[in-house]
Amino acid sequence: MGTMFEGIKALFTGLATTFKVLFRKPVTEQYPEYKRPLFPRSRAVIVLTRDPDGEERCVACYLCSSVCPTSCISMQSAEREDGRRYSRWFRINFARCIYCGLCEEACPTLAIQLTPDFETSRRDILKLVYEKEDLLVNHGGKNNEYNFYRYAGVTMVGDKGTHINEEKPVNVKSNMP
Amino acid sequence: MVQDWILGFIFLVIKLGIILIVLLTVASYLVWVERKLLSRMQARFGPNRAGRFGLLQPLADLVKLVTKEDTVPERASKALFLLAPGVVALMALLIFAVVPFGRGFTLWGRPVPLVITDLNVGLLYFLALSSISVYGVALGGWASNSKYSLLGGIRGAAQMISYEVALGLSLVPVVMLAGSFSLVEITNAQGRYPFILVQPVSFLLFFTAAMAEIKRIPFDLPEAENELGAGYHTEYSGMRFGLFFLGEYITMITLGSLVAVFFLGGWHGPVLPPFIWFVIKVGVIVFILIWLRATFPRIRYDQLMNVGWKVLIPVALLNIIATGAVRLMTRG
Repeated sequence: MGTMFEGIKALFTGLATTFKVLFRKPVTEQYPEYKRPLFPRSRAVIVLTRDPDGEERCVACYLCSSVCPTSCISMQSAEREDGRRYSRWFRINFARCIYCGLCEEACPTLAIQLTPDFETSRRDILKLVYEKEDLLVNHGGKNNEYNFYRYAGVTMVGDKGTHINEEKPVNVKSNMP
Repeated sequence: MVQDWILGFIFLVIKLGIILIVLLTVASYLVWVERKLLSRMQARFGPNRAGRFGLLQPLADLVKLVTKEDTVPERASKALFLLAPGVVALMALLIFAVVPFGRGFTLWGRPVPLVITDLNVGLLYFLALSSISVYGVALGGWASNSKYSLLGGIRGAAQMISYEVALGLSLVPVVMLAGSFSLVEITNAQGRYPFILVQPVSFLLFFTAAMAEIKRIPFDLPEAENELGAGYHTEYSGMRFGLFFLGEYITMITLGSLVAVFFLGGWHGPVLPPFIWFVIKVGVIVFILIWLRATFPRIRYDQLMNVGWKVLIPVALLNIIATGAVRLMTRG
């Protein structure tokens, strides 16, 4: 008998809960009208950034395409007259991309980066294949100052110790105790 | 004489037409109401895209259902498969024929009762039709030639057998008090007070059994979507599924009106006009049905049988004996 009353009480507790919620504001976010601000590091559509001089950062080293678990990145490397490498074409198939961010981690020049822009659905699957001109942007992404080429890209000009962040060589013969 | 008959016939057709249109519209908007209420009880918005507050949702659903392909599974028993949804929807509509929904009035010297037909066995008619409508469920489940549908159909039939008895028995005290099987007479007998005041047990029994009869949560085992796909209507598509769906919502209205007629005094009520009272009472019952659906989980099959045979039927029998005893004593 006691358990029966307990059971009936439980039923009415449930009913009271749903009735209370009836007058509560819904928690749903109305998506196309309201877009939740996403964190700058959230992972969605991939871009190719430029360094502060406005040059492409990508040196077509193939690290991103080889680390990509779905093999959705492909490119053709080429070399400019002054010896700087670049990609002749660069293609990402977003129909295959899983937005894992491994390419961004592998990239030595910060060229390839993931952005929070996630609204990529298309009627035609072939429109999800982005070419280089669709991927290139005119900013430095997460780091606007970094310029890979100043550090490691160009052949060394000048004497030892004149490069950025490089110390003068120590004269071992004069290094007296 | 013939003129009189023709005039009566025209009256009847107009009344039927109005009731049919109103019932179908209300049923389709009940879908909207239910989805809206359910979602608000779960802190969601519910349909709000089609039109203002999603008010065009029933229309959009209708367009979708009508334009969908009407498929019949291979090796299904075709005739029965096509017939079953019709049975469910038709029985749901037919039950409403005996429900009085307002005080009759006189138009051009002719009495216009606000009930389609005042059968003197209206209550038995309701019980009979609600039993026939399970044929739609069982046949639809069987004719689909699919395991899930068959299980749903069997469950539907078994559930109906267990709850039909309690449903019938719970109405016996009402008949004893009103002294009639006619729904109009039962309504008239509640002029002074509604029967729920003297028969609360009977009300609860009827409400529970009727909820099982119309297969709503917590008794929706025939269409348990997480075990059986969609139960007996798994294989149905397009407007045939729509008929099952429509039938379900019309039965909700019908159940609301029957509870109002048997226990809440039908259209009787102070101040407001009778028809408004009837609508309010049906609305309250329908709201409670939706509320229960938002709150309770589905009960297990053995629990369903236990409640039916071991609780509802004995309590209903005791209730009949008690009512009879009180009637005998107060009369003498």
